[in-house]
Amino acid sequence: MTAPLLHNRTKIAASFDAEKARADFEILSRQVYDKPLVYLDSGASAQKPRVVLDTMRDFASSEYANVHRGVHFLSAAATDRYEAARRTLQKFLGAASEDEIVFTKGGTEAINLVAYSHLMPTIQPGDEIVLSVMEHHSNIVPWHFLRERHGAVLRWVDVRDDGSLDTEALDAAIGPKTRLVAITHMSNVLGTITPLKDIVARAHAKGVPVLADGCQGAVHEIVDVQGLDIDFYVITGHKLYGPTGIGALYAKKAHLKKMRPFQGGGEMIREVSRDRITYADPPARFEAGTPPIIESVGLACALDYLMALDRTAVAAHEHDLLAYARQQVGQFNWLRVIGDAPGKGAILSFEADGMHAHDLATILDREGVAVRAGHHCAQVLMERFGVASTSRASFALYNNRSDVDALIGGLSKAREILGHG
Amino acid sequence: MDSALRELYQEVILDHSRHPRHYGAMEQASHKAEGYNPLCGDRVTVYLQLDAEGRVADIKFEGKGCAISQASASMMVDMLNGRSHAEAEQLMQGFLHLVKGEDASGLSEDDRERLEVMGGISEFPMRVKCATLAWHTYKNAVEEGAT
Repeated sequence: MTAPLLHNRTKIAASFDAEKARADFEILSRQVYDKPLVYLDSGASAQKPRVVLDTMRDFASSEYANVHRGVHFLSAAATDRYEAARRTLQKFLGAASEDEIVFTKGGTEAINLVAYSHLMPTIQPGDEIVLSVMEHHSNIVPWHFLRERHGAVLRWVDVRDDGSLDTEALDAAIGPKTRLVAITHMSNVLGTITPLKDIVARAHAKGVPVLADGCQGAVHEIVDVQGLDIDFYVITGHKLYGPTGIGALYAKKAHLKKMRPFQGGGEMIREVSRDRITYADPPARFEAGTPPIIESVGLACALDYLMALDRTAVAAHEHDLLAYARQQVGQFNWLRVIGDAPGKGAILSFEADGMHAHDLATILDREGVAVRAGHHCAQVLMERFGVASTSRASFALYNNRSDVDALIGGLSKAREILGHG
Repeated sequence: MDSALRELYQEVILDHSRHPRHYGAMEQASHKAEGYNPLCGDRVTVYLQLDAEGRVADIKFEGKGCAISQASASMMVDMLNGRSHAEAEQLMQGFLHLVKGEDASGLSEDDRERLEVMGGISEFPMRVKCATLAWHTYKNAVEEGAT
């Protein structure tokens, strides 16, 4: 989804200066093994700009207390910041109301929340959940729970050999027993961007709600949940240049109102007595216990940082890096790229003849190049492509062509050390 | 050139990983176990034929994974053949010390010489699990893998 943002905001830059942005990330100037750090693992977790770290520290050292609890000065100040963060998320996702934003501890908890509170109370044996083979385990395992414990049936939608989603197959998989379509916005392995608007239209035509896992997608694409008309959209903070320990679920108000409470504890109740309990309205109903307060302030800062950039220009920068990397690895006839879907996001996964991904990653690491190696929490997808593991370089706004060159140099060296298999 | 890398991926290790010894399934195994490292997907299955005294009469392995895990498995089966469980345990302990960069003086001189090529792994703590997978699988096969 690359539609322009519907909400207004001031753009401080008409284009994107990657080198200037790079300087905002202090960690990128460090060395590992006496080599400059080349961080190509932002798909696993992104680095944080100085302003995010400073803001969290400033907040913790001047305005911090628990939220929604005390009448004292600091509690009011902290509550203001926490609720302001919710409004920043609302803006970032284009939600109609801040009450449609539920803070969670991450993307995984957000999906589990939907599984537990939205589907579990009414699911019947034989009810179906449609999902794609390129889902991250966090968008698979919660549905497996419903299969194991409630007899739900998982309907898998394949991807084409280039990694693109077979939308017709997805449409065909949605039937009278389908209760939910759970689909990634952007594959963490293939980089494939899914046509969410089309998927939502097809699912809604059959009366089926859609959940999108936006943990990768929201980083690289401009999200407009109202424009998509999507039912549930999930993000995680740490991939969005924000802190760990926080994520969010966007859900339409109509859904949230019907969803049963998730975890029980403080904050999510209205009244508790010895034999009776009533619950708070959403979103508080789903935020039991002390929330990640400092993290919410950090996440809001990270999103403000992103929204102050020309995100279309950022996306163009990342696509340029991907195209350059794709072209450069093309010279290696011993390397196979997995995932070449048109319009894909800035993730490059590959396997190399006679070189296991972990050996490759170890050698790259010694060159200062951080990549991910393994199954990427996507074993169903690994099986689909007949591989045990892949190496993955993922690009963020702070990467540049020198990073790609370091990757290519490291690959040549790995080939030299590990030989020809 | 990075000497730690050169030591890790020296020719002996690459040779074992490309041409593993005693590779394949064993139909008449008295013990077997499968080891799996979910982090990287390395797999090793160890097949054993133990004699009446518990001595390794025959040993084979099958597996898929990184050079370190497969080379380590290949070297292990090469060395365990003919040993009693107590001897194998002692060898395993020495090996674990060696790959963690600890004191491996419990190893006989001959064993230490043969295993020394794996010593470079101690410089790569993230990869120690790859090297130890086969050994833990062997132990599992003996203790819980009677067929």
